[in-house]
Amino acid sequence: MAHLPVSEIQLADHFGPHLAYARGVRLECGVEPDKLVKTHCCFCGQQCGIQLKVKGNEVIGFEPWEEFPFNRGMLCPKGVKRYLQDSHPDRLTTALMRDPREPGGFRRTPYTDAIQATADAIAKLQSEHGSSAFAMLSGASLTTEKTYLMGKFARVCLKTPYIDYNGRLCMVSAGAANKKAFGIDRAANPWSDIIGTEVVWISGANVAECAPITTNYVWQAREQGAKIIVVDPRITPLARTCDLFLPVKPGRDIALFNGVLHLMIQNDWIDHKFIETHTVGFEAVAESVQSWTPAKTAEVTGIAERSIRQAAEWWGQASTSFLMHARGIEHHSHGVQNVLGAINIVLASGRIGRPQCGYATITGQANGQGGREHGQKCDQLPGMRDLSNPEHRAHIARIWDVSPDDLPGPGVDAYEIFRKIDQGEIRGLLSICFNPVVSLPDNDFIARMLDKLDFYVAIDFFLNDSAQHADIVLPGSLQEEDEGTVTQIEGRVIRINQAVDPPGDARQDWRIIQDIAAALKRPHGFTFTEPREIFDELRRASQGGIADYSGITYEKIEQQFGVFWPCPSEDHPGTLRLFEKGSDNPIARGNGPFYFPDGKARFNQADYTPPKEDVDAEFPIILTTGRVVSQFLSGTQTRRIGPLVDQYPEPRLEIHPQLAARLQIADGDWTTITSRRGEITLLALVVKSIRPDTVFIPYHWAGPLSVNRITIAAQDPISKIPEYKVCAVRLTKAAAPPDGRFERTASGLASNGKGGRSA
Amino acid sequence: MSVPESLFFFLDPNRCIGCESCVQACSECDTHKGHSMIHLERVNRYESPQTIPVVCMHCDSPTCAEVCPADAIKRTEDGVVQTARKPRCIACSNCVLACPFGVPKMNTDYELMMKCDMCYDRTSEGKRPMCATVCPSQALFFGTHAEIQALRPRSRSLNTFQFGRQTIHTKVQMMVPREAPVMHIDVAAAWHDPQGEDEQDDPMLSAALFELPVLSN
Ligand code: SF4
Ligand code: SF4
Ligand code: SF4
Repeated sequence: MAHLPVSEIQLADHFGPHLAYARGVRLECGVEPDKLVKTHCCFCGQQCGIQLKVKGNEVIGFEPWEEFPFNRGMLCPKGVKRYLQDSHPDRLTTALMRDPREPGGFRRTPYTDAIQATADAIAKLQSEHGSSAFAMLSGASLTTEKTYLMGKFARVCLKTPYIDYNGRLCMVSAGAANKKAFGIDRAANPWSDIIGTEVVWISGANVAECAPITTNYVWQAREQGAKIIVVDPRITPLARTCDLFLPVKPGRDIALFNGVLHLMIQNDWIDHKFIETHTVGFEAVAESVQSWTPAKTAEVTGIAERSIRQAAEWWGQASTSFLMHARGIEHHSHGVQNVLGAINIVLASGRIGRPQCGYATITGQANGQGGREHGQKCDQLPGMRDLSNPEHRAHIARIWDVSPDDLPGPGVDAYEIFRKIDQGEIRGLLSICFNPVVSLPDNDFIARMLDKLDFYVAIDFFLNDSAQHADIVLPGSLQEEDEGTVTQIEGRVIRINQAVDPPGDARQDWRIIQDIAAALKRPHGFTFTEPREIFDELRRASQGGIADYSGITYEKIEQQFGVFWPCPSEDHPGTLRLFEKGSDNPIARGNGPFYFPDGKARFNQADYTPPKEDVDAEFPIILTTGRVVSQFLSGTQTRRIGPLVDQYPEPRLEIHPQLAARLQIADGDWTTITSRRGEITLLALVVKSIRPDTVFIPYHWAGPLSVNRITIAAQDPISKIPEYKVCAVRLTKAAAPPDGRFERTASGLASNGKGGRSA
Repeated sequence: MSVPESLFFFLDPNRCIGCESCVQACSECDTHKGHSMIHLERVNRYESPQTIPVVCMHCDSPTCAEVCPADAIKRTEDGVVQTARKPRCIACSNCVLACPFGVPKMNTDYELMMKCDMCYDRTSEGKRPMCATVCPSQALFFGTHAEIQALRPRSRSLNTFQFGRQTIHTKVQMMVPREAPVMHIDVAAAWHDPQGEDEQDDPMLSAALFELPVLSN
């Protein structure tokens, strides 16, 4: 198929994004809801508890859920206004078939016809080109039940190795490094361990905007005496009041961790007993950081030597600590190395596996944790099992009632799927909960690849920017229209409860998948009647694996406000904290607390290499990307919620006044940012809160506002995460505003408060 | 129904991360649905991401009420200063001009002064106000003095403010560092401080923090 069926403007007229505001009963005072449904926010990995107010079949507002222990009623603006995504004018309520003669480019189609057409297209394509000519892209905002079903559907029904998920853009560097160092991929500690520690170290995490609730944990720690160290190229809202700010040059985090480890060893601020009893590989790592003197570390990282020494001193001498990191160190062509560097300073300190001694990656998506455990990853089977391990294959094949030989082998990562489309190997695609046209780097290439497919079917609740390229769109379900479980940031499995029914022909996603299986006449294993049945099969599938859910039940989750996995039996309460002394696990079998046969954690040498694309004379400035608090991921939902759009309507280029002055760019000037991939033009926001050699752009927008048009598709060799956090650009003041953009953007955008164009 | 005597509103701008959750949640309250009564001030985005939430301070002798020619602004016995009463308010904006904290807003659509009423629908039933419930940094906190003292040993609360010769006592409490002395700043003089913002030498706010040259070539 080729290109969008109709123009972008026609698509936008019909399918949005339109902005929803509170109207009608949602604005009335004193309305008694029919029910209050205790559930969780549909956005970030913290999964705040929230109660949805339901009247008729509509979510009309929210009420804080103050008993839920993680957030105790706290919510960020996305959680507060999420109810406006329900009953939205852009909501897909029928199936759609691509039809350029229709004004919106798509023809409404009876659901069963669309399912049959989908199955026919898949069957035809697979019979002509083989099973692996069809691929799937899935997502980590789905419930764990759905992610499990997606993995099973790809391997058992479609018999394709090619499934991957959008966690590839998110958690994989941390996951891979955690497995290398600890043998398990989960936050090691509950967030309550942050409070009461002496030092909180935050690397590459804009906590205030991307994990807002964590702020209160950090401030509470500080209230009780903790020193807060923040490592970031920007003074984020949380960095503003931290005790020590290390303004690292993007892409140089390993150097900092190695420099700190160097000082820890030099000053003997390491826990010899822990290292000896519970780890292997320290000597080689110690050797490898010998050259990382403070002077060299300062030179590479761009951080003042005295700040590095101060950080090492606080970290080295503490008796309790909590280290957290997020995409800032993970979105790199050496993201796994960065995380290993962070883990090395934790292991050398011996401060893990005890109360107030913690380590965690800050998971980004709603089900970022659960979504990476049960088999929608290209190389994985449920329970964090390995698709290339014969024993693991045999166990899952038994549960799925297929022969192990019939299970395909490992596939490729999400970006590689697009390269295989380019090479003609993959010709058909099913996507759900993934918007690659916005979220993958160098995304003009991605859009071209979607157009190159012979057949593309998307399941979604709004027609997102990628689904606009589809042949068939099947109307899926919003989070509040289904039930199931997700696993939040701490490794706590929680319940999503259904509040309303899907409207019109829209269906719960797992039903749609099963309907396709039935239409393909391959229904075996896809006849679940409710999510609980899927969960029960998942529990059995995960049994004995690392991510063991076998002892978790829906009832236990409700009784305990969630269950921390691993939970290997029904009388087991779950595992609040990993790696506690004397704790057991199925891999170590009593040999120690870590998930290796000898029970010991691994030090891994983390070698510094510069980013794939460093600055040069032609492209002399570093571009880094990230989020804002009011938007979420590719914006499919949050760009449709009026009050959230008003809070931060469009991306702006954050630039330091020194750099701006040199380039004669003033606050509020249209500025063109050019990389080797392309260019975009945005308004400049001149602020002192960023390194002068670096500019920042948030990534939630599509088309001409999408920063991922210019980011680089370099990937980490191990985790395959793209390098969103560094590429090289040049800036020029734009001669004129881009077509049609002036009126839309000049209003409503806060300026820096220093003159120039103001709001 | 009234707000329980033991419960107070505490503000700690030091904690604020500017997320606007308070602003978004305020408009979900039943007494002023669709209207947010909280102000979030961006102090100077050029210098810093610092933001400050401003709610009504619920003064013991409310200046807004004192200047109201129509006697439309009432302070209930529990110390909450209410939005102007619709039948009385003549939309003269005296209160808007007089409030030393800049809180009341004139809603011209309704010809009515509206302001933060500490979520009276909620607090008078023993619930917490919307903003203080959701605030992810707990820069806005609602509870007892004993609770906040236990949670924040490094701070203490203040509720006396000096504006020129006017001393104001408020129901809302401001958290300040426990040890630091209280300063009275002449706001009007500070307005014309000839020391420009760029001369800031606070290392957290200045470019000196970033020691590398802008561009290496
Ligand atoms: S987006 Fe995250 S922090 Fe915000 S309300 Fe939802 S779960 Fe909580
Ligand atoms: S909710 Fe809290 S942290 Fe967010 S802007 Fe308001 S006061 Fe500040
Ligand atoms: S107390 Fe209620 S009315 Fe006042 S600012 Fe907070 S949410 Fe708004």
